[in-house]
Amino acid sequence: MLIELPCPIPYGLAMDHSNYPNDYIRGILNSVKTIALVGASANPARPSWIVTKYLLERGYDVIPVNPGIAGTELLGKKVYGSLAEVPGPIDMVEIFRNSEAAGPLTDEALALDPLPKVIWMQLSVRNDEAAARAEAKGIKVVMDRCPKIEFGRLSGEISWQGVNSRMLSSKKPVLSGKGFQKLGLNRP
Amino acid sequence: MTDRLPGFDTLAIHAGAAPDAATGARATPIYQTTSFVFDDVDHAASLFGLQAFGNIYSRIGNPTCSVLEERVAALEGGTAALAVASGHAAEFLTFHTLLQPGDEFIAARKLYGGSINQFNHAYKNFGWNVVWADSDDPSSFEAAITPRTKAIFVESIANPGGVIVDLQAIAAIAKKHRIPFIVDNTMASPYLIRPFEHGADIIVHSATKFLGGHGNSVGGLIVDGGSFNFAGDDRYPMLSKPRPEYGGMVLAETFGNFGFAIAARVLGLRDLGPALSPFNAFLILNGIETLPLRMQRHSDNALAVAEHLANHSKVSWVSYPGLRSDRYHNLAKQYCPKGAGAVFTFGLKGGYEAGVKLVSNLKLFSHLANIGDTRSLVIHPASTTHRQLSDEQKTQAGAGPEVVRLSIGLEDKEDLIEDLNQALDAA
Repeated sequence: MLIELPCPIPYGLAMDHSNYPNDYIRGILNSVKTIALVGASANPARPSWIVTKYLLERGYDVIPVNPGIAGTELLGKKVYGSLAEVPGPIDMVEIFRNSEAAGPLTDEALALDPLPKVIWMQLSVRNDEAAARAEAKGIKVVMDRCPKIEFGRLSGEISWQGVNSRMLSSKKPVLSGKGFQKLGLNRP
Repeated sequence: MTDRLPGFDTLAIHAGAAPDAATGARATPIYQTTSFVFDDVDHAASLFGLQAFGNIYSRIGNPTCSVLEERVAALEGGTAALAVASGHAAEFLTFHTLLQPGDEFIAARKLYGGSINQFNHAYKNFGWNVVWADSDDPSSFEAAITPRTKAIFVESIANPGGVIVDLQAIAAIAKKHRIPFIVDNTMASPYLIRPFEHGADIIVHSATKFLGGHGNSVGGLIVDGGSFNFAGDDRYPMLSKPRPEYGGMVLAETFGNFGFAIAARVLGLRDLGPALSPFNAFLILNGIETLPLRMQRHSDNALAVAEHLANHSKVSWVSYPGLRSDRYHNLAKQYCPKGAGAVFTFGLKGGYEAGVKLVSNLKLFSHLANIGDTRSLVIHPASTTHRQLSDEQKTQAGAGPEVVRLSIGLEDKEDLIEDLNQALDAA
């Protein structure tokens, strides 16, 4: 893949949160399985509902977290009131709240045992202090990105919408799952 | 630490066009189909609800057209694009996404005549009111701004050729007043000028011209620069208000920095219908692969022909910014240092009759109303496109009786000069 030169983060250098390498994002989306989505909405017109549905369809175990609708079911999944209430380990915490709220939510995530591997703040959400606290504990952080857009970009699905994926490849995309309109993350 | 960005020539060939996922076909297939089967009922619901990426029906999107969209978005440095049936359709859907009845937009007076007609007449039916400004005087744009102004529109290299617009000066005014700045980049193509780098928010193209480049396919594109934040901006309800068509979804929030392109597709193209044919998209894509080579040759040939005409005894003036003596030469050096494009006008000392004779006598130049072909083209506006105007109107539009417009093609420049010489001798 032409524009995907290997670019590991040199040891000791902080992640540039304005400019994530594709390999960094792909590595996260390939490795996490359980995603706690904080700020999940029951309204199908809201981006958090759409992202929850999309990630569930891609095989992630999405656990909705929202104190306002705790105990209800969202897209067939039980909604929890806080991260601490979620039973079992969480691989990734996805924060669908504003940048300020991302601070205390990051601290809630850092109080989990075991710790999550990734804290991901949604498009338009960025909190550098919280990110530094998480990275100090060895947690990977993504800010101001949407996992649906990133999955769509890296797989090639987003190109069907005329979006500039900023990906060039002489390898064909990989069909994923049944049907024709889902693509996988990993090209040959 | 970032992924290296490929160069323009590489993007012109590769952007958007991975091998086909189903067959491995390396050239982009022509998906000549109206519709696409859904994986299941739930998948169909997700697609109709804008919750998944995918194809439904070729009026809304088509995989051949989407390769063209991503290609042009990449070449312009935008976030997303929308392919439509023509350049006019690109303008129409752009304004439809931004304007409500009773709104205004400011447009440069020097524009393609078809755009002037569209703005002056067709848009009146929608209650969209054009206010004209002078692209040679950026302050005239600021003076025209009112609370109803929803957009500013210019051409980067303006019709009828030979005019370079100071994009940065007008962009600064647009930014100061928080108004989207739309640039028609048809005449320059992204090879010569990349308007997003000079402050444009939205770019439109007639792909019929240099992008396609071979005079065989009508098409248009809208490119979203991702730079204008429509979220929460009540002046743009198509983007900032819950849309009843989509269960109350707010497009600018849901799609972020490519929300404009999505809105133009799902509220404009879906409901108004000027879709591009996949076959035309394929031909335009083929053209774009050689865009860098062609634009350089167009510009080099045009400069040679303009220099020759400037010294010809029957020619009174030549308006080409590539010429050192031209009033736009400094702007050309700033905005399009690789070349000033293919299209320019010149004046004949013999006036109207000489213009009519010239187009009749040319043997290689084709007499027709288009630009941006591999072939060299000529038109005498006063006897054709502008013949219904009064003499005074003709002169104001840059189409006085003595004016001839050329679109210089990719032939040997010596042959073009010889053809012009023999036709001028007889004129």
